[in-house]
Amino acid sequence: MDINTKQLRKNAFRVTKNRGMTALRIRVPGGNLEVKYFDVIKKVAENFGNGRVHITTRQGFEVPGIPMEKIPEVNRMIAPILDGIETAVGVEIPDLNSGYPAAGTRNVSACIGNSVCPFANLNSGEVALKIEKLIYPNDYHVKIAVTGCPNDCIKAHMQDIGIIGMALPVYDSYRCIGCGACVKNCRRVATGALSISNYKVKRDHRRCIGCGECILKCPTSAWTREDKYYRLVIMGRTGKKNPRIAQTFLEWVAEEAVMKVIANMYQYIDNHIDRSLPKEHVGYIVDRTGYPVFRQEVLLGVDLGQLGRVAESINFGGYFYERTNIFG
Amino acid sequence: MGFEFTMDSFNKVLEDISKNFIFYAPRRIPGKGAFSDTDVVVYQEVEGFGQIELDEKSRFSPKEVINPITQTLFYFNENGYTEPETNNKGIIIFCRPCDANSFKRLDEIFLNNGPFKDSYYESLRRKVKIFVIECVQGFENCFCVSMGTNRFDDYDAFIRVAEDRITCDVKDNLLPAFVKHGISAEMRPDFISENAVKVAIPDQVNKTIFTHEMWREYSERCIACGRCTVVCPTCTCFTMQDIFYEDNHKCGERRRVWASCMIDGFTEVAGGHDFRPDKGMRMRFKAMHKIYDFRKRFGYNMCVGCGRCDDVCPEYISFSNCINKVSALSREVNG
Ligand code: SF4
Ligand code: SF4
Ligand code: SF4
Ligand code: SF4
Ligand code: SF4
Repeated sequence: MDINTKQLRKNAFRVTKNRGMTALRIRVPGGNLEVKYFDVIKKVAENFGNGRVHITTRQGFEVPGIPMEKIPEVNRMIAPILDGIETAVGVEIPDLNSGYPAAGTRNVSACIGNSVCPFANLNSGEVALKIEKLIYPNDYHVKIAVTGCPNDCIKAHMQDIGIIGMALPVYDSYRCIGCGACVKNCRRVATGALSISNYKVKRDHRRCIGCGECILKCPTSAWTREDKYYRLVIMGRTGKKNPRIAQTFLEWVAEEAVMKVIANMYQYIDNHIDRSLPKEHVGYIVDRTGYPVFRQEVLLGVDLGQLGRVAESINFGGYFYERTNIFG
Repeated sequence: MGFEFTMDSFNKVLEDISKNFIFYAPRRIPGKGAFSDTDVVVYQEVEGFGQIELDEKSRFSPKEVINPITQTLFYFNENGYTEPETNNKGIIIFCRPCDANSFKRLDEIFLNNGPFKDSYYESLRRKVKIFVIECVQGFENCFCVSMGTNRFDDYDAFIRVAEDRITCDVKDNLLPAFVKHGISAEMRPDFISENAVKVAIPDQVNKTIFTHEMWREYSERCIACGRCTVVCPTCTCFTMQDIFYEDNHKCGERRRVWASCMIDGFTEVAGGHDFRPDKGMRMRFKAMHKIYDFRKRFGYNMCVGCGRCDDVCPEYISFSNCINKVSALSREVNG
């Protein structure tokens, strides 16, 4: 059998431990899927795979047990998925019958967001689709996730780029009855950014993380939301070398700024990636260039707006598996 | 007298009378709902009829117009005090029949419930004219028919909106503006005669109900958030706050601000004693006030059946269902 494994991988198939067998990865940007596509996935699994799917942590489907020679047929079968999910949001797919054009940049995952979740400060799935349009297809290895609030149900802190929805609470002191619900709750579940003075509430903006809890708790709508804002956490990862959670890079920025930073990051990768390696995750590139270079390049032409702030320095920390330290 | 208008000609009426009146009506405020990407409907000033939200019940009631959430009663310094100046324009409130009936309840509490009239309330209330918007179907959780508040005859104008036409019955000295811009038409107000939710009000409430274990359920379910009372058109409790300005402690103001019998601290007194620490007890107090205690004093029920308390409870506690439970128990006890 003569298979170009590089092309196979780029086509969103996998080289598996069973020789000659592959597995297909289906993207579900935002983790939000119309159930009609289950029929297509089912058909692929039953006709070409082993009748099972693996639900991935990135909210995609992996269909295992596919003989490599069936790849062209599988690709034709999934054309409706590519068309309905990818081209529908503006992703350019060169040939709908040839399967996925790239696999490096992973599925953009998202929490359920404000279509269901009361805590959500945004429609996470919709933002994920906008990002999908912006970055796919792309071979660079990047993981992005969108989460509606700092509860971070999608684990944006384990991504290269984690996008967290923020609400700017605006206060109408006339409507406040001084019940204290927002103050107690902010202290209990968030950051203690609120205090009572003269029976009315004060918000310390430097402590506030824009979770929006105060807005949800207020019985009289004294707290309401203004425009949507975003926090960006960067370079979280798992992996063998140095697992770590992402650190805050930007806060209180608008959606356009987020999109521009992401687009710039691909240029940054292009500028600095070590082409002698088969692949290099963006986090390791940042480890090499240092944060200041990353910051400078991804912020090119970015409007941070009035409230936006940038981390002056970041200590990514994380964890090195030093056996000698642990076991002596 | 009856009149018919197009939207445009009705707006001309409003324009004419806006010289002497401010209009308040339910208004949809985009993006200001508690959840992201949702709206809130609240009583606010409007300029034209088009700004009035007709398709959704307002979350908050029109009581805000004459019973402000925060109201400065006077400002003080070392030498004396001054009351804030008031606007002398009249107030026209566009509201549904249940809410129109709620003002009578507010009047009892603020004007007829003791030796003194509440002058702050009275000065606003005096200026109010009520333009009732006809209800054809009612909304979710409404039970005005059970409360007898589906009807309201004491309106200044009664407004029917159907297919871009507005018909009005007008009783007031504002007539010239209506005559000038409208066409005279037959108009007999209609009131809805049935709600999906029906509530039985107990005639007699046996004392055993007050200590009945039915209230215990609410001790566990209610989170004491107070939403049910701040949206209620007939809740009137307030607290007093003396404020000393932060950068000059010799000046300040006295305010009154809404309070809620459902929220912690309402029945706490000096020394820390709390008369109703338990949420079930608070629910009992509120429910009985709405359908029994007020009636004992004024001869009719306080609750106007707007259903807002049911609309907003985050714990899905239904006040109407609670009243029906009280009624069923009363029937059992009274035989
Ligand atoms: S991250 Fe926030 S918005 Fe998203 S599902 Fe979790 S709680 Fe809801
Ligand atoms: S948004 Fe969150 S952190 Fe900010 S004040 Fe409100 S509850 Fe506190
Ligand atoms: S929850 Fe609302 S009413 Fe209560 S103290 Fe906070 S802002 Fe004021
Ligand atoms: S108790 Fe409930 S239904 Fe009755 S008037 Fe108040 S909010 Fe409306
Ligand atoms: S709205 Fe519901 S939970 Fe809140 S105080 Fe009223 S009954 Fe209790």
